Amino acid sequence: MLIGNYKESYAADEALFRTATSRVWLALLGVAAAVFPFLAGDYLLYLANLMGVLAIAALGLNILTGFTGQISLGHAAFMGVGAYTTAVLAARLGLPFWVAMPAGGASACLAGMVFGVPSLRIKGLYLAIATVAAQVILEWVFANWNAVTGGIRGINVPPARVLGVALDTDLRIYFLVQSLAALHAWAAANLFRTRVGRAFIAVRDRDISAELMGVNLFRTKILSFMISSYYAGIAGGLWVYFTKVVTPENFPLSLSIQFLAMVIVGGLGSIKGTLFGTVFVTLVPELLKAATEATRSVFPDAMSYLAPMKDVIFGAMIVAFLIFEPHGLAEMWNRTKRFFALWPFKK
Amino acid sequence: MELFVQLMVSGVVTGGIYALIAMGFVIIYKATGVINFATGELMMLGAFFCWTAMTAARAPFAVALVVAIVAAGALGAAVERVVLRPLLGKRTISVIMVTIGLSAIFKGVAEILWSGEYRSFPPIFPRAPVVLGSVILPSRQAYPFLIAVAAIALVGLGFRFTRTGTAMRATAGDQATAFGMGIDIRRVFSLSWSLAAVTAAVSGVVIGAIGGISPQLGAVGLRILPVVILGGLDSIGGALLGGVIMGILENLAGGYLDPLMEGGGVKEVAPFVALVGILMIRPWGLFGSREIERL
Amino acid sequence: MPGPAAGPDDRDILAVEGVSLSFGGVRALSGVDFTVREGSIAGLIGPNGAGKTSLLNCIAGFYRPQAGRIRFEGEDVTRVRPDRRAARGIARTFQNIALFEGMTVLDNIKLGAHAHLRAGVISAMLYGRAARREEMALREEVEREIIDFLEIEHLRRRTVGSLPYGLQKRVELGRALAMRPRLLLLDEPIAGMNEEETEDMARFILDVAEERGVTIVLIEHDMGVVMDLCDRVTVLSFGQKIAEGTPGEVQSHPEVLRAYLGKTG
Repeated sequence: MLIGNYKESYAADEALFRTATSRVWLALLGVAAAVFPFLAGDYLLYLANLMGVLAIAALGLNILTGFTGQISLGHAAFMGVGAYTTAVLAARLGLPFWVAMPAGGASACLAGMVFGVPSLRIKGLYLAIATVAAQVILEWVFANWNAVTGGIRGINVPPARVLGVALDTDLRIYFLVQSLAALHAWAAANLFRTRVGRAFIAVRDRDISAELMGVNLFRTKILSFMISSYYAGIAGGLWVYFTKVVTPENFPLSLSIQFLAMVIVGGLGSIKGTLFGTVFVTLVPELLKAATEATRSVFPDAMSYLAPMKDVIFGAMIVAFLIFEPHGLAEMWNRTKRFFALWPFKK
Repeated sequence: MELFVQLMVSGVVTGGIYALIAMGFVIIYKATGVINFATGELMMLGAFFCWTAMTAARAPFAVALVVAIVAAGALGAAVERVVLRPLLGKRTISVIMVTIGLSAIFKGVAEILWSGEYRSFPPIFPRAPVVLGSVILPSRQAYPFLIAVAAIALVGLGFRFTRTGTAMRATAGDQATAFGMGIDIRRVFSLSWSLAAVTAAVSGVVIGAIGGISPQLGAVGLRILPVVILGGLDSIGGALLGGVIMGILENLAGGYLDPLMEGGGVKEVAPFVALVGILMIRPWGLFGSREIERL
Repeated sequence: MPGPAAGPDDRDILAVEGVSLSFGGVRALSGVDFTVREGSIAGLIGPNGAGKTSLLNCIAGFYRPQAGRIRFEGEDVTRVRPDRRAARGIARTFQNIALFEGMTVLDNIKLGAHAHLRAGVISAMLYGRAARREEMALREEVEREIIDFLEIEHLRRRTVGSLPYGLQKRVELGRALAMRPRLLLLDEPIAGMNEEETEDMARFILDVAEERGVTIVLIEHDMGVVMDLCDRVTVLSFGQKIAEGTPGEVQSHPEVLRAYLGKTG
């Protein structure tokens, strides 16, 4: 509930951050983000980069699932398409990152169309199934198309170069990662300020009415899927420069499920929720790892249970949030904000 | 020619098992409109229930099978009550995402309880192979196939001739009318999930008997998707026929194309390529219905 | 009495010719003829299940009739898809409210204008000049023509799911108006409203017809409203047209009385 927030022009009212307070917080966040890499240790820096890259992919999935209401189980595979495309262009053809990465995004987009066009013509559920097919087929291609993908050995990628400087450390690549993440979050938010994004939400909420209002259902759904695939592809390309190598086991179905957990836990249909979800879902396994190491004396076998525990926790988070908190962490955050907005006047 | 016949026969055997799993999948879809992505994991758990009964409790196979069926049925009902009932009335995609979450939970729990190792079933069937003309079927394949066929027949007859079965068919056809006729929809949902879990469990046992089990078995569940797309998401007959066709397709593709590809694995991929092809040409499959929605 | 008097220059904006519609074995409409003069308010009444909503759905393009034709502004639109009919100017509200629950009032209304907006994906994502200008123009238009008109300024940022029924219906009317319709199909716009809300809604409908020249087809059960607002009334029963004329004529028509009250001599 905003008190005393008076706008004198529609432009001001349509802005992404409408209150002075939120703009101040945004600026502070920006400063903190800029300073962080110099203060944080290697491990935290690595995590921050990992989360930045995954956040871009998660944003794409939220656009498709949270905002347009379509399920994809192949998000990791499309990230892989972007990753391999970027890797091939960078390692084999020596193209610079600002060509190789967008190319990765574009190829993921095209790959998406192969599976999206036949399935989105029909009911939405079919996309879920088609993306499983995408996941299986693409994983097989990554592992078996030796001529292009290098098969099981994968491809080693030289670091990105900006103005002659190689971004070969976590510190150096941090700025590229975070600025791309911020850019893509901003672009996603913009979508929903305009006709394109509104159509997505309309298709999610009541597709039949949307059609009667002039929304072309098929075109809208396929557009959403293409944008989401592009985001996955760019994330894949960025990831390749981050880890400097790509192999076929990097993009399994469990990663697709992990992305789904990120958007569900963070909040379907919320941009900032996606960011919360990415951080949460990335940190939980790390905390788990730390906990098993710390309790090694008491539970010596705990380490071997790490992988299956991850599965159980991600699955449980998906189920729990869908039942109890379908709007995710974003909603919990909003509730807390609302509580403090009027505290101590309102209980 | 020898190879061809051999592949065809293996294909039919595999297909019979797929048909059984697909039947459970279609039952859920018809009754609730939900795509159950946890089908594979339910299969895997059923197989482990049976295996545990046989190895830990030294139960004979028939008893272990019954144990697995009862345990799976209970699990299915529990899942419906605890996880799915709260979501009644919410969007279908929420429920579908919940089944995805469940599949992850089941897989993780199985790995924790039974470790990721691959286990083989103790010997169950008579050793002698079954001979049909010039084809020799190892007993490992023939008997499980017969079990699958028996299970399908039982479920089919149950649907047709029992009151419960009729109630389930009615609910699948038109929920509102069924409710209006006094059918307890919630009980039908509960039964559908139990039945799906049971058919999955029996398929799991059958597959385990043929090739052994591990928590990774759940991935086989994904191979049901090409089957139900081919058959038609809401057609049980389609599930049966689709299962057999996919089983044959898989084996033929694997048998003839695997040697040509460097890495192999064509058998796993072929059904999914077929899936995409079917979506392009005839998305409602062999016997599925083209939907009409009312405002 | 509302509506201009009929003259030789007036044309039929909508002509439904011999439309029949069946679902499986159920006959919803049988050979229905229905014309609406441009700029008028046409009432469509009949007992429950008469086929009124089905007829509206055929006009909007959601159902494809098995027989018959639908002409809009002289052109045959029977084969035209619903989203393209919206672009041509046919708008609709729904009996059971079909607002987009996850969106605010403002966004719901803006969505109505979808067919008339052009911004592309790239421009949208970068919020470039084209998208921005389009959004600002849209916002101004929506504020001036709709939000102001329907007196819902204070509800702009509310999520529609949180609104009371009567206001939701009003927002739905607003959304339909954002479509810049030439023909507005209203399916029981005042159902479930109290007296005050009914009066407000009736006033809005009248203003839309008179001040904006929008032709209106109105399904309603409230006879008082029908009599007050409509120029002509058409009566359906069991999928067939049984009467047509001015409200006065229809009110005392024996077939109509029989359909509503059952067989009474």
